[in-house]
Amino acid sequence: MFDNFISNKDSWLSQKGPESEIVFSSRIRLARNIADIPFPSRANPGQREKVFKAMQEVYPHIKRFKNSFFVNMGELTDLDSQFLLERHLISQEHLTKQSGRGIIVSPDEEISIMINEEDHLRMQAIASGFDLKKCWEVLDNIDNDISRKMSFSFSPDIGYLTACPTNVGTALRASCMLHLPALILTKRINKILELLARISFTTRGLFGEGTQALGDFFQISNQVSLGLSEEELIDNLISVVNQVKSHELDSRNTLVKKYKTNLEDNVWRALGILRNARLINSKEAFSHLSILSLGLDLGIIKEIDLSKGKAGQKLIRNLFIMIQPAHLQKIEGRVLREKERDNIRAAILRESLGG
Amino acid sequence: MLCDICHKNIATVHLTEIVNSKIAETHICQVCAQAKAGQIAQQPNVSDFLSGLLSANIAKKEEQSLKCPACGFNYSDFKKKGRLGCGRCYSAFKRQLLPLLKKIHGTIRHTGKVPLDAVGSSVQEVKLKDFEKQLQRAVELEEYEDAARIRDEIKKFQGGHK
Ligand SMILES: [Zn+2]
Ligand SMILES: [Zn+2]
Repeated sequence: MFDNFISNKDSWLSQKGPESEIVFSSRIRLARNIADIPFPSRANPGQREKVFKAMQEVYPHIKRFKNSFFVNMGELTDLDSQFLLERHLISQEHLTKQSGRGIIVSPDEEISIMINEEDHLRMQAIASGFDLKKCWEVLDNIDNDISRKMSFSFSPDIGYLTACPTNVGTALRASCMLHLPALILTKRINKILELLARISFTTRGLFGEGTQALGDFFQISNQVSLGLSEEELIDNLISVVNQVKSHELDSRNTLVKKYKTNLEDNVWRALGILRNARLINSKEAFSHLSILSLGLDLGIIKEIDLSKGKAGQKLIRNLFIMIQPAHLQKIEGRVLREKERDNIRAAILRESLGG
Repeated sequence: MLCDICHKNIATVHLTEIVNSKIAETHICQVCAQAKAGQIAQQPNVSDFLSGLLSANIAKKEEQSLKCPACGFNYSDFKKKGRLGCGRCYSAFKRQLLPLLKKIHGTIRHTGKVPLDAVGSSVQEVKLKDFEKQLQRAVELEEYEDAARIRDEIKKFQGGHK
């Protein structure tokens, strides 16, 4: 299943969003629960099934979900679920087997809804680049469309009611995925992260879902969801992300000014390894791709010469997604052991980067 | 740099974690990273964070027996899991949850979006509808004590909003 996603030209992953130099992607997630049905962890299988069926009935009436995937998580192989996780369409939590879990994905993968995750509905809109407003516009409408068909659990005092009190209120979590290699190279990242924590913004490494900060990617999101309107929460995140962005740009300038040759050396070496390696694990591949991406941003490498033309940032971004374990197995069409994966990852990188 | 855990291999994985809003850096090798990955995935999670906040309040005995009339979820279960059972739990554990919400969000007043079926009606009307639903449920479940309490609340509410 989902095999056509790999070459999905409509996917947000193949778009170049606005201001995408540092902000790789933007995402908004809304949690909703149907009134008078216990939250998924407390609901019995019959009640979870009811939620699943309700969504099965509702989604075909929503324009944006025309030709969408609607899948029962229980029917997916582990590989397929892992694949969706790597594409940021579902959460780690959603991988745990529990009855009634489902997923709806729009054909462009911009909108998805997890059914019976921690809350009955976890809807998300994702966009390439720095485009939170677009995400909110899309999601706000989807939320309205669904609420015409079902009644949500809501309190006029404390807003939308969610399984976890940290999400109550707007039940909105907005986040941006930032590529911050220069802040890491100049060791300024920790100060930034500390500062963000102090003003109630959550940061974590990305790719590998909270375990490893691979490829110098960080996700910044709002921690507070109650007391501010959706627009205010989003505006606040936008200004925080702009701050972090300008620090990253500062650090990039410093690097270029003080360590130009070292930087050039790093970038060209990264390309050299990616073009020649025969075995490469994801950690190593991510770190070279990250430096290569920085090199492209800074114009150290203008374009990557391939036998069939030239490639730039878009290719690199796609590779970050493609070289993940489940993606490699999807491409190969079979289950691969670690060593095999490292070998195929290297082959794909060589082929894509003109090695 | 050597691995912080085994002190044998070169550290190639550099983790930045936020523990109690402090940055903690660990440098570990590939082998230890894989062993650790499983642990970290479920490490500083929301329920730990919440139970930390909650244990700051000294648990009273009556709290232990608090139960949501709609879904039967115990307040003590919430303290363990950090998750509630249903929307009605918020009113059942209101006295305990409001200070917690204040601590998490800094405020306890929703100012964001309102569902379409609540648009156009005033906050009072929505609240009243909510009370009526609660009352209906209590009667259905033959929880007459609850029903009487809700009736009193409705009376008080209407009195205050005339
Ligand atoms: Zn080690
Ligand atoms: Zn409940």
